[in-house]
Amino acid sequence: MIRSGKWRGLVVPVALVVIAEIAARSTEITSDTLAAPSAIIVAGIKAMGDGTILAATGQTLATALGGLGLGLGIGLVFGILLGIFPIADRLMEFSVEAFRPIPSVALLPIAMLVFGFGYRMEISIVAFGTMWPILILTRSAVAGIEPRLLEVSRVLGLGLFARVTKIVLPAALPRIFVAFRLAAGVALIVAVTVEIAANPLGLGYAIMSAQQSLDPALMFALLVWIGLIGWGLNMLLVWAQSRLFGRAAIVEAAQ
Amino acid sequence: MTAVEIRSRAPVSAPSTTPLIAFERVDLVLGGRKILEGIDLTIGQGEFVCVVGPSGCGKTTMLRLIAGLFQPTAGRVSYQGKPIARPRQDIAIVFQDYGKALLPWRTVSGNVALALEAMGVPKSQHGDRISGLLAKVGLAKHADKYPNQLSGGMQQRLQIARCLAQEPAVLLMDEPFGALDAMTRQGLQDEVLDIVAQTGATVFFVTHDLEEAIYLGDRVIGLLPNPGRVAESFPVDLARPRDQLATREEHEFLRLRRVLFDFIKAAEA
Repeated sequence: MIRSGKWRGLVVPVALVVIAEIAARSTEITSDTLAAPSAIIVAGIKAMGDGTILAATGQTLATALGGLGLGLGIGLVFGILLGIFPIADRLMEFSVEAFRPIPSVALLPIAMLVFGFGYRMEISIVAFGTMWPILILTRSAVAGIEPRLLEVSRVLGLGLFARVTKIVLPAALPRIFVAFRLAAGVALIVAVTVEIAANPLGLGYAIMSAQQSLDPALMFALLVWIGLIGWGLNMLLVWAQSRLFGRAAIVEAAQ
Repeated sequence: MTAVEIRSRAPVSAPSTTPLIAFERVDLVLGGRKILEGIDLTIGQGEFVCVVGPSGCGKTTMLRLIAGLFQPTAGRVSYQGKPIARPRQDIAIVFQDYGKALLPWRTVSGNVALALEAMGVPKSQHGDRISGLLAKVGLAKHADKYPNQLSGGMQQRLQIARCLAQEPAVLLMDEPFGALDAMTRQGLQDEVLDIVAQTGATVFFVTHDLEEAIYLGDRVIGLLPNPGRVAESFPVDLARPRDQLATREEHEFLRLRRVLFDFIKAAEA
């Protein structure tokens, strides 16, 4: 029943596309800002065929995933430290709250001075943007671990490293994975934003080029493609989450 | 004998008098409140001591002092004559809330393995040790299940198996059977008595079930609340091995039951 009802979700988007197509054909005005859906599809297939979209996708994904990996590493280490040691948490509380609200794109000028254009600059900004959700959620996941489990690890005489790997990480993992999903979405947004704002790389830059060469069809084709990538990435992570942690974790994530 | 190495000791009818654990004028203040005051108590090697008292009398707090989870504000808690500064691997705790004390992401075997990993037992020996321990607590057929697939009694057996993996000289049990139904509780009481008879472990057993305290103990300690202090010590002069029917019908059992009942009633008043 649920499966057969899924097509209903497609009614609105398909109707909108059809309306847009009819509107574009009936007016027959060539626009610098809009394009007919059919033209967008044609432009998308052409750019896909000549490899430009795939190359740009590779660049954007490489920086997004590179930055996500770095942000994950930093966020995990600090999140676990702050979650385990209340003293560290109190020491760092102000600093975290002061730095966290800085929009990652605002670091663009500094990152450009330090790294110049290219991958390293973009990766550093993505890392900054993704480490906060991971740090904050890991910290609360670790701080929220069943106290009895930590007591068991104390009574058994587990050292800090064993306590983290055998008790803390496995207990917090479902919630850390939720943080990772959130951060993955942030990574793609920040990467494309940096490319649109400054960096001559990837899908963001491809959109800017299409805009500047007055090619709205290609511009929209790239937009649709970025949407598909974001959707695909999230589906992949949701699938991985349900495989790794079962249904309970998904329900928890939805709350 | 099972493959599990256990500290062998001939079963004795009466506890030896060598003090293993000693409380000396122990006070404990937590959050500005005096929880324990002037506790003096010695527990002999191999002794089974049960502690009863109204809620808020510091039973569990005394247990946590022996575990090294709390430090006394004044006085001294010692093990083999030395102060207990931190948890020791040869002092194991069985918590009441078995559901929270087990790792839900590890199987039955994996939960027992945690203790072996903590003890630094080589991986090659884990298989034999784990199957020996699980056989001892009657969980051999459930090695690959997860804790949430087990009944409450089985989960508590698993926690006991994990504690036994520590080869403890002292077992601290904090109302371990309080959440179980009567039949399961009696079964586990006898299993614990068997294990203690085999290993010669010293046991500090907190309970609010007076009959359980008499049935299991060599001695029952009665505490008074606000602040918690030792009021009385009741020696249990009942033959071992004990029997769920015969022991509970003995005159001495019934006499102690009345004495303890009167004590608790007076303590709560």
